[in-house]
This record gives sequence, C-alpha cells and structure tokens, in this order.
Amino acid sequence: MPRITFIEPGGLRRVIDAPIGITLMEAAVQNGVQGILALCGGACACGTCHVYVDANWLPKLGPREEMEEGMLECAREPRDNSRLSCQIHVTADLEGLEVTIPKQQGAN
Amino acid sequence: MISTIVVVGGGQAGAQAVDTLRREGFAGRLLLICDEPALPYQRPPLSKRYLSGELTAERLPFRHRAFYEEHRVELRLGLPAVALDPRGRRLELADGEALSYDRLLLCLGAAARRLTCPGTDLPGLHYLRTVADVMLIRAAIKPGSHVVMIGGGYIGLEAAATCRQMGCEVTVLELADRVMNRVVAPCVSEFFAREHRAQGIRILCNTRVTRLEGTGRIERVVCADGSEVAADAVIVGVGAVPTTALASDAGLACDDGIIVDEYCRTQDDAIFAAGDCTNHPSPRFGRRVRIESVDNAFEQAKTAALNLLDRKIAHDRVPWFWSDQFDSKLLIAGLSLDYDQQVLRGDPASRSFSVCYLKGRELIAVEAINHSKDYMAARKLIAERAQMNPAKLADPNLALKEAVGNTQTGS
Repeated sequence: MPRITFIEPGGLRRVIDAPIGITLMEAAVQNGVQGILALCGGACACGTCHVYVDANWLPKLGPREEMEEGMLECAREPRDNSRLSCQIHVTADLEGLEVTIPKQQGAN
Repeated sequence: MISTIVVVGGGQAGAQAVDTLRREGFAGRLLLICDEPALPYQRPPLSKRYLSGELTAERLPFRHRAFYEEHRVELRLGLPAVALDPRGRRLELADGEALSYDRLLLCLGAAARRLTCPGTDLPGLHYLRTVADVMLIRAAIKPGSHVVMIGGGYIGLEAAATCRQMGCEVTVLELADRVMNRVVAPCVSEFFAREHRAQGIRILCNTRVTRLEGTGRIERVVCADGSEVAADAVIVGVGAVPTTALASDAGLACDDGIIVDEYCRTQDDAIFAAGDCTNHPSPRFGRRVRIESVDNAFEQAKTAALNLLDRKIAHDRVPWFWSDQFDSKLLIAGLSLDYDQQVLRGDPASRSFSVCYLKGRELIAVEAINHSKDYMAARKLIAERAQMNPAKLADPNLALKEAVGNTQTGS
C-alpha cells in the first residue's frame, strides 16, 4: 500500500498506508486525519476535502476537472496546487506523496 | 461534573458528535448507540454508487472500528434505545441494558415515509434509507426488470437514474405536477425531467397511486385514473419523517421533529438533539426549520457536542444540498423560503445554469446545475447576507460575486 503523508492544520504529520483504488480523501477520513471533513463523501459537492499538493507531485495527479476547478476557485484560500482529495485515486505511483491540509475548509 | 455522555444514533450526526466530543477534550465515558448493526456509515451513496454496486460496503463507514477503540467510544451496534427516563437520566436499550448519563444527545435521524394504500403488504415493495434496504433492492432487480419509483424527489430520481444505468426499465410516478417540486424551481424540475426522459425513463406527473396488485407479490401499480404500470419492484421515495418516538414518549416536546433551541437543547437541560430529527430555530431565516441534510447533521452535531460541554454556541449555518442524477449535479445553497424574486443565470439548454432567490435584494438561496462555481460563491454570499443587483445577477458572464450591489441598473 502506498504510503501517503497528510500534514494536519496543526502541523502534525500523519503517515497513512492507503489501499490502492480508494481516494485520498477516504484514506484520510477513515483514519481520522484532522482537517479533512469530506461531508459529501466524495461527490465533489462540498469543497471540504481541500488539500495543497507538493508541487513536484502535481503532474502525477493529472488535471483538475471542471467541477473540481469551480469548487476550488471559490474555496477558502485556493492556490495553484489546490486539489480536492476526493478526486484523487490512490495508485502505486503515489508512494511518498505529501499533502498539506488548509486551516479551514468549505466556502463559509 | 459530566462523567458520562450517551449519543443515540449512528448516522452523520451521531458519528460527528462523538468525534467532536473527543477532539474537544471530553475524557469521560462516551457511548454511541446505533440501531443498525453496521458501523456508522454514509447514507448519500445508498441511492447512487452503493445501489449500483460501484461502492462496496467497506467504503461506507465514516470511520474504521479502530477509530472508536482508540478514542474510547463504546459502540452499541444493532441495539435501538427503547425508553428514556429524563428525570432519572437513564436510557434503556433493546437488550435491557440501562445506561445512566449526565448528558444525552439524540441524533435519531429520520425514516422513510411509508406508502399507505392497499397492497403495501405484498412482497416487492421497497424503501431506500438503509444498507439493508439497498441489499433487498439489489437482490430484487436485474437488467430488464420493470422498476417503478413512487415519488419524484431526490431519492426517487437518484434511484431511478441508478436503476436505469443498471439496465432496468424505469417509471417514475409523481403526485405533483413536476418532479422535485418541493425543493427546486420549475425550470430545474424541467431540466432534470428532460435528462431522465432522454435516458429512457418514463416520468408520469399528476399521478396518484391508489393500490398495488399482484398474485403473491407486486406485479402492477394501479393509479387513480385507472392506468396500470407493470412492476417487478416498487421503490417508494415519498419523503422522510423525523424519528421522535423516544423523545416524545419521554415527554419532550416534538412538532415535526424534536423541539430544540439554537443551542441544540431540548426542554430538558441534560438532553440535546441534532440532525434530521430536530426542529430548530434558524436566526438567519427568522423561523423554525427542520432540515434533512448531511451538512446540517454534521454542523448541528458539532455545535451540540460543544454545548454538551457547556460552551454556548448557536447553530446558525447556511445549509447546502446536492443530488447526482446521471451525469448532472444539482447543488443547492441556502433555503428558498419566503423569497421575493427568482433570477435565472444562464441557459438550461447549455446544461450549466443556476437559479438565484432574492428576498428583497438579499441572496437567500441558489440552485446551481452543473455549476460548482456559482454554488460555492453563493454559499459565501448567502452567509454574508450579500445584497445583489438583480440585473447583473441575470448576466451569466459576470461572476456571482460581481453581481453584489444594492442599486439596480439597466431597468
């Protein structure tokens, strides 16, 4: 299982062995990683699983789709390396991936 | 001193409440009472990716079992709470266990409203609220099955779309003159009805079901005009009713939900409630509401958990909702209650548009169809109680936030 590091809003590094096929969001939520709420469960409808991806990893994740793009544009503190973790599936290629969770999630 | 907190209900609200209680430092005894046998799980996928089989049961729970162990949450699975004694601060479970509490949080949720007509006792009738319900539906249908959905609301349309994608012949029977009539604007209803029909689903509005018929099992649905629809399986999605019996039997006030104040407190100082089962004041909307949504369950449970620990935080959020049907996504921010004006942004034919609701000039709700940008912007603007310029609002080329302004131009 690829090893993924989530940096929680408080700075704590949570290292998770994530099963291939599930999403980054699911790996975080099931393990109680703080700061990823994922209220819609991965429907790209809430904007509460926002993460910042280490820039070196962005190309490996593929582009953001239109719905995700729109969600992120109006999310809190969007950056060029913003992604919704529910839209990223865990693959063997993601071994060592590191993502940072923003302090606040959602639109309001 | 608060040494024991009992949370009743293993849905979104109950699961969130125990999480928040531990994160906020509650170190006492904490129990979570779930009437279903499974670990607390997400319901939204039930009518969609879980019904279709795309999502397996292991992916439904909010948290692994290990999470509850680590956080010392005592789970009682498959054990409904059957009696509550507020005076003695005791809760009784179905197996006879009696639990004493210092604080109690009721997250009882809602149950599928039952269909009442002759024939509902025949095999072949389904509801869609729990994992067990979906297992039964999956066992009852296969490609080519005739599935009749009674009710064209969120659940009815989502399940209709999923069954169609699974190869079933699907008919939706709706009592009102349009689908989702209680929750969206007419043009949004039309859009979704058109999407469904284009996929081969038959939608019959203004149709009242009078009875279910068949020999040994349901074979057809009979409507008020005498017409009959052949059915191998019938799925009923005619709304939900809040689960309140435990509270009302204990003498707590209930009226379309358990009555709570903005701090999620019932009439009893030691008993709080959160989620679909509550009827609560909405300071923002200036009235009492009962909201069936993941978001409200989450936020209200979080607030209730803080208030259980004697913080004093009011629950006053902008609600939001979503629905996935085929490849279209309906995103709703706010509540379209008592509005003065609807403004359409964009052309439904483009498959991406939104409908804004104004009360005076204040933005109170937006229905965004395949338009996540308007939806996310709306959540922020509604929270800020933004005043909008209706003429600018109607221009889909302007971002929603650029339509802020109290003066109307161009008309």
